[in-house]
Amino acid sequence: MSTTMDHPVEQVGGVTAKYVDERLGSNKFLGRNLGKVFPDHWSFMLGEIALYSFIVVLLTGTFLTLFYNPSMVEVVYNGSYVPLKGVQMSEAYASSLDISFEVRGGLLIRQMHHWSALIFVAAIAVHMFRVFFTGAFRKPREFNWLVGVGLTALALGAGFTGYSLPDDLLSGTGLQIIRGILQSIPLIGTWAAFLVFGGEFPGTEIIPRLYAAHILLIPGIILALITVHLMMVWTQKHTQFPGPGRTNTNVVGYPLLPVYMAKAGGFFFIVFGIIALIGGLVTVNPIWIFGPYTPDQVSAGTQPDWYIGWLDGALRLMPNWESVIAGFTISWNVLIPSVIIPGILFTGLALYPFLEAWATGDKREHNLLERPRNAPVRTGIGVAAIVFYGILWIGGGNDVIAAAFDLSFNVLAWSLRIGLIVLPPIAFLVTKRICLGLQRKDREKLVHGYESGRVLRLPHGEFIEVHQPLNYKELAIISAKEDLPVLPAPVKSDADGVRNPNYRVDQLRHKLSSFFLRDNIERPTDAEIEAGQAHAAHSAGLEAPLHEYEELDQDPVGHGGVLHHPGMPMTNQEQVDQRQ
Amino acid sequence: MKFLTARRRNPFVAVLLLVAALGAVGFTFSAVSNIEPAQASLGSQTQVEDGKKLYLEGCSSCHGLDAQGAMSGPSLIGVGAAAVHFQVSTGRMPLAAPGAQATAKEPIYDVEEVAAMSAYIASLAPGPAIPTAEDLDYSDADIAEGGVLFRINCAQCHQAAGQGGALTQGKYAPNLMQATPQEIYEAMVSGPQSMPVFSNETLPIKDKQAVTAYIMALQESPNPGGLSLGRIGPVTEGLFMWVAVFGAFIGAAVWIGIKAR
Repeated sequence: MSTTMDHPVEQVGGVTAKYVDERLGSNKFLGRNLGKVFPDHWSFMLGEIALYSFIVVLLTGTFLTLFYNPSMVEVVYNGSYVPLKGVQMSEAYASSLDISFEVRGGLLIRQMHHWSALIFVAAIAVHMFRVFFTGAFRKPREFNWLVGVGLTALALGAGFTGYSLPDDLLSGTGLQIIRGILQSIPLIGTWAAFLVFGGEFPGTEIIPRLYAAHILLIPGIILALITVHLMMVWTQKHTQFPGPGRTNTNVVGYPLLPVYMAKAGGFFFIVFGIIALIGGLVTVNPIWIFGPYTPDQVSAGTQPDWYIGWLDGALRLMPNWESVIAGFTISWNVLIPSVIIPGILFTGLALYPFLEAWATGDKREHNLLERPRNAPVRTGIGVAAIVFYGILWIGGGNDVIAAAFDLSFNVLAWSLRIGLIVLPPIAFLVTKRICLGLQRKDREKLVHGYESGRVLRLPHGEFIEVHQPLNYKELAIISAKEDLPVLPAPVKSDADGVRNPNYRVDQLRHKLSSFFLRDNIERPTDAEIEAGQAHAAHSAGLEAPLHEYEELDQDPVGHGGVLHHPGMPMTNQEQVDQRQ
Repeated sequence: MKFLTARRRNPFVAVLLLVAALGAVGFTFSAVSNIEPAQASLGSQTQVEDGKKLYLEGCSSCHGLDAQGAMSGPSLIGVGAAAVHFQVSTGRMPLAAPGAQATAKEPIYDVEEVAAMSAYIASLAPGPAIPTAEDLDYSDADIAEGGVLFRINCAQCHQAAGQGGALTQGKYAPNLMQATPQEIYEAMVSGPQSMPVFSNETLPIKDKQAVTAYIMALQESPNPGGLSLGRIGPVTEGLFMWVAVFGAFIGAAVWIGIKAR
C-alpha cells in the first residue's frame, strides 16, 4: 500500500477502510493477513477445484430444491415429454422431469449440478493424490489429512444420496444394491435395512430421508469441515516444494492480495465457466431415457456415478461365496466387497500418516514437500492403491467395456479378478524401482554434474564426457533431500540381562522402518556436492570450442569442402567464459 | 341318485374325477384361448424350389441337407419365414466366422433370394411368418405404454435406451438404434441368438407395435441435454469428466501456476 493518499481511488479506499475499522477493528487483522504469502505450484490448485465445484453444487442445488418434490407418492405423468405421458411414477421422478422439461433453465442447472458433483469428488481425489505423494500429510498436518479423509467420505455420501433422488431406473437400482449391502451385515443386516428404508423395499420413506441427508445434513457437515480444513491451512501455512531459498521455516510465494487472490479468483471463474459450458452442452444422467423406477425393471449397463464405480466393481468381481453359521447366512459375496474392502481402504487412508511416522520414526516437522522419488515405499504404496482402485473401477463398468470392445464378459471378469491380486504388488515394485533409479540419477547429478552428452578428446588422447554443473534451481531442488536412518534393531535384553519388555513391538518397528528406508540412496554430504559441482565446472572448462558453423572463419572451396583460415583461436577457457 | 351315492367311495371315482377335471380345464382353455396355429406363408412352388437351391448352396453345410440340423447348426424345421428373413437380411447368416454369436453385417443375398429361402424354410413346417404391413403399422400405438413394456421386457439386455449390452461368454444384445420395425418384429417372434421368443400370445401384436413405436421414438428423439455421450449413463459420463473436463482444469491450473517471467 502506498503511503501517499493522493490518488482518488486510494482516498476512497482509505476512508472506507477507516469507517469499517472504527466499527470492527479489522485493519490490524486484514493488514496482517492480506499480505500472507502462498507458495505457487499448479498442483496446489487442485484442492481449489474441489472448493469451487462445491460452490457451484451449492448454488445449483439451492435452485433445484425450489422445484424438486421429495415424495414417493405415485402420480400419472402428464408433462411435455411424450414417451412417458400417462406412465405411473413417483412425484420425485415427475418433479425431476419437470425440472428438466418445464422449468426454464432447469435442465441446464440440473446438469451443472450433476457435473459439478462429479467434478467435486474427482477434484478431492486428485488433491488427495497430490497431498499423499508429496508427503504433505506429515507432521504437523496429520489432522488436516484426517479432515480430508472425512470430507472424501462425505463427498461420496453426498454424491450417492443425490444420485438416488430423481428416482429413475438407475437411482432405484442403486438403492436396491444399498439395501443388499445393508442386509449383508451379519446379525443386524435385515433390521438395518428395514430401519433405513422404513420397511420393505422400496417403501415410501427412503426418498424423503435421503433428501434430508442430501440437502441439509451432509452439506452442512461438509461446509463445517471445509472451514476447518482451510483454517488449518491458514494457521499452519501451506507447504511448498523445495527450491532456491525455500526452507522448512519460510514460505516463498506471492502475497494473498493482490496476486494470489487474482489467481484464485480467476481460477474460480474458469472452473465455474467450464462447468456451465458442459452443463449446457453435454448430457449427464438423462433420467427421461431411463424411465421411472419400479422394482421389477432393470436396465443393462446400469452403473453408479464414477466415484461409487469401484464399490460396484468390487461387488461384480467378488466370487459368490456364502456360508451359514449357526443359522445365520453370511453373504461373503456382498459383505467383503462392499463393507470390508471399503472399510479397510478408508481406515488405511485415515491412519496412513500415523503409521508411516511410527514406522519410520520420523518426528520432525515438515513444511517442505518431499519429491515422490525420495519416498519410494510411500510412492509405491500409493501407486499400488491406485492400481487396486483402478481395477475395481474397471470392474464397475465391465459390462459396458465388454460390449464396447467385443470382449467376453467372463474373460474380462476373470482377468480383473486375477489382476486385482497380482497387479498392485507389481505396481509397487516397479514404482519403487523407478523411484530408486531417479534417486540414483539425482545423486549422480549432485556428485558429478549432469552429462552434457558431449565427448571431449584431451591433448594426450584421453576421451572424457563433459559434465556440467547443475543450475542453482535444480541444485536446490535435488539437494533438499532428507535422509532418515533405519531404526536400530532392538536388543532382547540389555547388558545387565534385563529383558526388553517392548522387544516384539520394537522388532516389528525395526522391520517396518527397514522396509521403508533400507533401499534409500543417501544424499551426498554438502562437501561432496560442492566438490562434485566444482569438478563438473572444471570439466566443462576443458571443453573444446563449439562454434556455430557460421561463426567459423572459413571459406567454402567447392565439393562441400571448407578451408579454415589459419590464425590464433581462443583458448577453451576464454570461449567458456565468453559463452557465460 | 341312489346309484351314484352308493358308489361314491369306489376307488375309481377319484380317477374319474381327475380325468373329468383335467378335461374340463383343457377344453375350457382351448375354448377361451385363441392360439393361432403357426402360419406358414406358403410361397409359390418356384419360389420354394429356388429357395431350396439357395439353401443347399449356402446353408446346408451347417444346417443339414434337409434343414434337420447338424453338429454345427440347429434344425431349421419350424423356425418359420420370420427367422430366415431376420437372420439373412441383416447379414447374420450365413455366419462370417464361428464365434460367440452371429454379428450383423452387409447381407449377402438380395431381397428376392431372402424371400425364396424364407418360403423354402416355411414350406418345411409351419412357423412364425414374415409380418404383414398391417402387423408393422405402429402409427396408432401408445409410445409411453411401449416404453413401459420395453423397460420390463427388453431393457435388461438391450439397455433402457436400446443401446445394447453385454451377455455372458462374449454374447451380446445388439444396439437397436439401426433396427427397422420389421427386424424388431421378427426378432420378437423368432427369438434369434440368446433372445427369448415373444410370441403373439405372450406379447400381442398391439404391444409389439407399442414397443416398436417406443424404439422408433428413441431412434428419432433429439438429446435435450446436448451431446448424448452414447446414452449409456455414468461410464461415458465419468470418462468424459475425467479426460476432457479434468484435462481442461489441469491445463488451466498449470497455466495460472506458471511464474510470471
